[in-house]
Amino acid sequence: MAERVGVYICHCGTNIAGVVDVPEVTRWAGELPEVMIARDYKFMCSSLGQDLIEKDIKELGLTRIVVAACSPHMHEKTFRGAAQRAGLNPFLMEMANIRELDSWTTDDKEAATQKAKAMISGAIQRVLFHQPLELITVSINPNTLIVGGGIAGITAALELANAGYHVYMVEREPSIGGHMAQLDKTFPTLDCAACILTPRMVDVGQHPNITLLAYSEVESVEGYVGNFTVTVRKKASYVNEELCTGCGICEEKCPKKVVDQVFEAGIGTRKAVYRPFPQAVPKYPVIDRENCIYFQKGKCKACQIFCPTNAIDFEQQDRFIQFEVGNIIVATGYDPFDATRIPHYGFGRLPNVITSVQFERMVNASGPTGGRILLKDGTPPKSVGIIHCVGSRDENYNEYCSRVCCMYSLKFAHLVRERLPDAEVYNFYIDIRASGKRYEEFYHRVMMEGANMVRGRVAEVTDVARTADEEGKLIIQVYDTLLGEQRRIPVDMVILSVGVQPRKDARQVAQLFGLGCDFAGFFTERHPKLDPLLTMVEGIYIAGACQGPMAIPETVAQGAGAAARVAGMIGQGTVVMEPIKAHIDEERCSGCRICNNLCPYKAIVYHEDRQVSEAISALCQGCGTCVAACPSAAITGAHFTRRQLMAQVEGILLDVRQSMEASST
Amino acid sequence: MAGNGKPKFAMYWAASCGGCEIAVLNIGDKILAVDEAFDIAFWPCAADFKVKDVESYPDNYIDLCLFNGAIRTSENEEMAHLLRRKSKVLVAFGSCAHEGCIPALANLTTSEAIFQAAYINSISTDNPKRVLPQPVSKVAEGELHIPVFYDRVRALDQVVPVDYVIPGCPPEPPQIWAVLEAVVSGAPLPAPGSTIIGAGKVAVCDECPLEKHEKTITRFYRPHEIVPEPGICLLEQGILCMGPATRSGCGARCPRANMRCEGCYGPLDDVEDQGARMLSALASVVGVGNLRDEEAKLEHMIEEVMETLADPAGTLYRFSMAHSLLQRARVEMGSSSQGGTQ
Repeated sequence: MAERVGVYICHCGTNIAGVVDVPEVTRWAGELPEVMIARDYKFMCSSLGQDLIEKDIKELGLTRIVVAACSPHMHEKTFRGAAQRAGLNPFLMEMANIRELDSWTTDDKEAATQKAKAMISGAIQRVLFHQPLELITVSINPNTLIVGGGIAGITAALELANAGYHVYMVEREPSIGGHMAQLDKTFPTLDCAACILTPRMVDVGQHPNITLLAYSEVESVEGYVGNFTVTVRKKASYVNEELCTGCGICEEKCPKKVVDQVFEAGIGTRKAVYRPFPQAVPKYPVIDRENCIYFQKGKCKACQIFCPTNAIDFEQQDRFIQFEVGNIIVATGYDPFDATRIPHYGFGRLPNVITSVQFERMVNASGPTGGRILLKDGTPPKSVGIIHCVGSRDENYNEYCSRVCCMYSLKFAHLVRERLPDAEVYNFYIDIRASGKRYEEFYHRVMMEGANMVRGRVAEVTDVARTADEEGKLIIQVYDTLLGEQRRIPVDMVILSVGVQPRKDARQVAQLFGLGCDFAGFFTERHPKLDPLLTMVEGIYIAGACQGPMAIPETVAQGAGAAARVAGMIGQGTVVMEPIKAHIDEERCSGCRICNNLCPYKAIVYHEDRQVSEAISALCQGCGTCVAACPSAAITGAHFTRRQLMAQVEGILLDVRQSMEASST
Repeated sequence: MAGNGKPKFAMYWAASCGGCEIAVLNIGDKILAVDEAFDIAFWPCAADFKVKDVESYPDNYIDLCLFNGAIRTSENEEMAHLLRRKSKVLVAFGSCAHEGCIPALANLTTSEAIFQAAYINSISTDNPKRVLPQPVSKVAEGELHIPVFYDRVRALDQVVPVDYVIPGCPPEPPQIWAVLEAVVSGAPLPAPGSTIIGAGKVAVCDECPLEKHEKTITRFYRPHEIVPEPGICLLEQGILCMGPATRSGCGARCPRANMRCEGCYGPLDDVEDQGARMLSALASVVGVGNLRDEEAKLEHMIEEVMETLADPAGTLYRFSMAHSLLQRARVEMGSSSQGGTQ
């Protein structure tokens, strides 16, 4: 029986109709032999547009629908719904994306119109071979994995745990807390970071609904929304957590001091057996094998000798823990920009050039200097220069604005003036971005306190003096764009306000979870405006600075938002899944076993007795890997059959085919 | 042309090597049964018929015509049309007629380049006047015509409708006999329309006794570069066996002799392009590096493996070029030496 195809072409206001000649495309489509009716409409996704389709299905008995509009990510559900309401199986509808893939890509009206025809032709040829499919319902495991124990992860974990759901939190470092634990004060309210953070850390550590896996990393993730299987590597800490009371005697007795590059950002020390900071959660220390005298030289064992509960276990091995979760929140945070990448600012070469992270530790009362601002020689500086936008808003490094540096740089100016009232402070900025709640007021307050604001990107920080008063100083060379002149400003200390960038292993983490990354390496959200927390992988959410630079309030909001999304999913209890599965035709399988180790979901089993492979439908996620790999075409992907795809390709190539046939005769 | 009421049999060779004819003779003394059952109407290799004999037959005179060889020249094409007209059942016999086979590998180049290689550049050629074949040449006695050499080799069904296909390079004698026996016995044949007969519906691996495991290939070997472990799947050992992408029917003769399947029985049902399917399969089982390796590094490692795959076009498309999605290399129009731009 010939199919009765209806084609519906959306103007999308001027989004499509501004470039594509929609009336012409509609006229053309209406004349195609396969097409029974072709209509265009201002907004096909509106209820009136959908009514058009529903009415035609009922009145004209349409059996196939093509909607030429935006991306199926936006409105496939909408139009499938329209088909279903009119009694047509929703999978007999196909979309041609003539917006994102066509009208938005060009100003050339003729070419865009031609491409719209090609894409619609492809969709028509494809939809002719569509088969009705039924949606599949699967249950959702109520447990959640949260990756990263910074303030985003902590917030999300507490929200979910307090709602009665179980959470597994995996943190790479020995303690949760993230970057926020390193900070002294937070802008613009000047709250003590530790005072507001540590109670939440303790809540996480003690919550009956939270399993905290610190000093651990996610090894693998398998499965799909509602049913992920997670394997976590719990790194050997050489401390038996069952026995350890967290008394700290081991740290006290350990003879080996190490510069702490992580928590103290290289300006403080820790022992070889250590907790990153006194309020660490969990309270158990870990032994840093690389620096432990016993592990390196075979002698010492001071920690073991003095441990009152015999908790030190040098034989401990990495452990692998496996568990099931229904949803995952990735909150892996950011790395500060590496200031050594800008050699002319002197970091690592000039002794009193420090990064903002180091300054945070320095002004922190529990930091290496006990909160005193000191030069390398132990004296307080008389003048401090704070350079904004280090590594940010610069096409040589990161083009984007890191969004937090202006405000923390102003906070630094305030803190310097507070601790050293006689010191001069200079802030070197390009623009001040103070667009958050009460940020602008804080900026004014700092200026009133007497900070010197110099507008211009710093060219260089040098210790080569040209005049007597520059002698022994760090000279900041800058073109002051307000004065319109070059300036050399001698100071004792330079703070580089480094920007926010993706974790150095962000791309590997993305691969592990199947996420996308933007050009910089931040994880991409499903929709930048309407769906900022879900990723392209159903059931995996992102929160906080792993998605892009953001300050604490937004990070907390994202953590809570992601938790709300997950709680919503758990509340549903089940999730509807596309019936797009691979099927192996046993009659045609030769048992070559090429597909056997390809399935990312381990859905393919090989039956030795019959020498054929089988795709287990309950595990299959319809990724298509095996379909592409099968050399004898014995595997078919539902809704992506070879016939459908070849028909679509041939449809798209309508004009090319004609010209090829013309040329070969 | 005896009017004895026996069904009429024809066999013709177009662009072929003659192996298909020998394969028919390889059915052994059963050839006598063929002679017994059929009246031979045209078989240039075995009996002295002329084209004009065939032309003189009424249409549909021949009951069964086995057509082997590809369509390389205008003569091949004329014969295809003639035999189509004169035959009730036209069979594309063997890989050349089925899908182009070795002659169609020439589709990767131009007729001009082929003539250069054959008549000018080969070291055994002595052709100081650089004479090339001309479709028409004038001599004292008048005009001489020879067939036009086309730019592109086509399979039989790309020229005329074909009823059945017997694949193989050459088809295996037991399969040939099975088909002939069925025809002789009057058993019903499947519906015609390029229908494959005399072969299986599953890949060669189904008939191959070698033990198969999960596959991870870290380099490819040409047959002379490795002594394969006996009893183990050759592909797993890095020998590019086309078995998984090739129709069965041959009894897996090559893998049984520890040689890679070259793919002569062609692709399976619903496969548009045997070479592309096999390449897609190979790409899926090249296993180097780890998930956590950097993308650029992984890409480099994969490239290193793929570089060990010698002559991919000639290996993956050895038999199927004419029917593949590639079909032929891009040729600038009008570049043909003879103007034959088929």
